[in-house]
Amino acid sequence: MVPIHYYLIVSAIMFITGVVGVLTRRNAIIIFMCIELMLNSVNLTFVAFSSYLGNATGQIFVFFVMAVAAAEAAVGLAIVIALFRNKQTVQITEVNLLKW
Amino acid sequence: MSSEMVFFLILAFIAVSSGILMITRVNPVNSALFLILNFLALAGMYLTLHAQFVAVIQILVYAGAIMVLVLFVIMLLNLQDNAPLREHIRAPQLLSIGAAAVVLAILLQVLLWNSGSTLDALRTQSPQAANLGTVESIGLVLFTEYVLPVELTAILLLVAMIGAVVLAKKRFP
Repeated sequence: MVPIHYYLIVSAIMFITGVVGVLTRRNAIIIFMCIELMLNSVNLTFVAFSSYLGNATGQIFVFFVMAVAAAEAAVGLAIVIALFRNKQTVQITEVNLLKW
Repeated sequence: MSSEMVFFLILAFIAVSSGILMITRVNPVNSALFLILNFLALAGMYLTLHAQFVAVIQILVYAGAIMVLVLFVIMLLNLQDNAPLREHIRAPQLLSIGAAAVVLAILLQVLLWNSGSTLDALRTQSPQAANLGTVESIGLVLFTEYVLPVELTAILLLVAMIGAVVLAKKRFP
C-alpha cells in the first residue's frame, strides 16, 4: 500500500508549482490556470484523507471546491474578456489603474 | 514494490511534471493542454484512492467543462506570442520563487522528517474506503447532512452565471 505521505507530498509540490506560476507569470489566463492547479492539489489532499480516515466528508468538500472553481472560472474569464475589450491586452503589468 | 506503488509513482510523475511544464510554457494553449494532462493524472490518482465518482466528475467538470471554457477564451482573444519567459524573470520574481521554495521545504520537512506524528498511523487505506467513493454513499451524505450547502452552491452558480453574462456583455454599464 502507498502511505498517505506520498499523496501529501505530490499535493504540496503541485500547490507550490501553482504559487510560483501565479507569482511569476504575467498572462492573466495562465494565472487562472495556476489557481485551478492549486485548487486541484487541495482536492487531492481532501480525497487522500477521506480515503485513509474512512470518512466521506472529504469527498463532499471536493464537490464544493469544484463548484466554487467553476464559478470562479466563469466570472474570471468574463473579467478577462471585459479587460481585453477595454485595453487590448491580458498582461497584468499593463493593468495598473488601481495601483498606487 | 507493489503494483499499486508503481501505478501511483507513474501518475505522480505525470502530475508533477505536467504542472511544471504548464507554468513554463509561453503559449497559453500549450499551458492549457498540460493542465488537462495534469487533471487526467489526478483522476487516475482518485481511482487509486477508491474515489470513483470524484474521478469521473474531475474529468467531466474540470477537463471537460472548465478547460474548454479556458481554451475557448484563449481562442477568442487570439493572443499573439509573448516574449520569451526568461525576459520576465527579474529580481521580484526570483524572490517570490525563493519564498515558494522555502514554503515547499517546510511542508516537506513536516511530512517527511516528523516521526511519531499522527500521519504515521495512516499507512494503509481505511477498510471502509472501498465503499466511500460510490455514488450511493456520496449522495447519501450530500443530500442529508450537507443539503443546505448544496442549495447554497446552486445559488452561487446562478450568481456566477448572471455575473459572467453581465461582465461579458458588449455595453458594460
